[in-house]
Amino acid sequence: MLRYLYANQLNQYPKLASAMFRDRADQFGTRLGWPVEVDHRGEERDCYDRLDPLYVIWERPDGGHGGSMRFLPTTGPVMVNDVFGHLTGGAPITSPLIWECTRFCLARDAGPNVAAALMLAGGEIMQQFGIRHFVGVFDARMVRIYRAIGSSPEVLGSQGEGRERISVGLWEFSREARDRVARRAGIPPDLSRLWFDRAFGGVAPGQSALSA
Amino acid sequence: MKVDLNLDQVLSDLDAATALDALQNIIERLRDAFGIDHMVYHWVDSGGEQYGCGTYSQAWVQRYIEQSYLRVDPVITGCLQRFHPVDWKRLDWSSKAARAFLRDALEHGVGNQGYSIPIRGPNGQFALFTISHDCDDETWAEFTCLRGRDLILIAHYFNRKALEFEPARKPEQCSALSPREVDTMTLLAMGYNRAQVAETLSISEHTLRVYIESARYKLGALNTTHAIARAMSRGLIVV
Repeated sequence: MLRYLYANQLNQYPKLASAMFRDRADQFGTRLGWPVEVDHRGEERDCYDRLDPLYVIWERPDGGHGGSMRFLPTTGPVMVNDVFGHLTGGAPITSPLIWECTRFCLARDAGPNVAAALMLAGGEIMQQFGIRHFVGVFDARMVRIYRAIGSSPEVLGSQGEGRERISVGLWEFSREARDRVARRAGIPPDLSRLWFDRAFGGVAPGQSALSA
Repeated sequence: MKVDLNLDQVLSDLDAATALDALQNIIERLRDAFGIDHMVYHWVDSGGEQYGCGTYSQAWVQRYIEQSYLRVDPVITGCLQRFHPVDWKRLDWSSKAARAFLRDALEHGVGNQGYSIPIRGPNGQFALFTISHDCDDETWAEFTCLRGRDLILIAHYFNRKALEFEPARKPEQCSALSPREVDTMTLLAMGYNRAQVAETLSISEHTLRVYIESARYKLGALNTTHAIARAMSRGLIVV
């Protein structure tokens, strides 16, 4: 299932959170060779994890981590502006309607449905919170994965070559892309909405305390 | 809940405000422009300094402080350390204290519907921008769906302005338009449509939309027309 957790909620799911940070160390440190910081428990964190980001995590049926990504609003410090500003046109991308998505991570044995499930969650966030765009940083391998699940970003700029290539890209919500990733993920839209409402509370008309 | 055409004017006045006192008048006009019962802005910084303005009755503000409702108000707990807009219906009102608070709020005319936007400012500054109204769920859902983005932008413009009056304020780091954003706004001001601008700048319309979105936020505008006017009046673009 999809979990939407702010940083200060991760302690409610210690095993899941720890597995996410270990899989990040595995993906970004071991496999991609990025100069990331890994602590004595084998967990990877950077300075943006300290800014109370929102994580979206695919939790496997056994409670393990299948994949995850991290969101921050571009009105505060974000990687695309702090580190990759030279790839986006010279001045910060800043708007409360544009969120940054980084640390898109898949566990080693995660199937393609996991990446699709995460993108489906991104669509829920856009629709429910009025977000117009995500801007994200991703490696060369992700280009193929995004294409395979039917949710290719538009690349704003890249640096490096081959496997080393890092890009900044943009996503915008479209119903077609949403339906495509939902099919790829094998998740009915109603179930996706249920997971979202479980995290953020439901708004079903007539059922709220406020209208009682 | 009609839409007032003078919204751009109110936002221009917000932009031009030179003292904190002006914000009370502006929030009342904003509330009227949206045709809703209440609009409230409240900030707390890391040093515990507070500032607020809004349209709640004096009696309710007094009551809220006297009863220390800050501790039981689900809107506060539901928005702290968050950055997504929160419809009050999504909050947990199930506790006895929360339900008693809700009854009191309703009696004081707060309204049965609410939508709060948490804002994270620099250096641990935190603010909440809230609207509330009395109507049925369907009307409210339609309203927040239609105006939610405008309200999110306005919430941030309001906070940005309030921060200007903070004595120890650090200069805004991202108010300048990038060369690409200047090019975009200039071509739009010259009457090019989006497809023509994208073509001229050799970028996709998708990318163009992000430049416009970002420029609009920096200029404190809700729509592109307003953003162009603002850029011209500030001398950021010359046509």
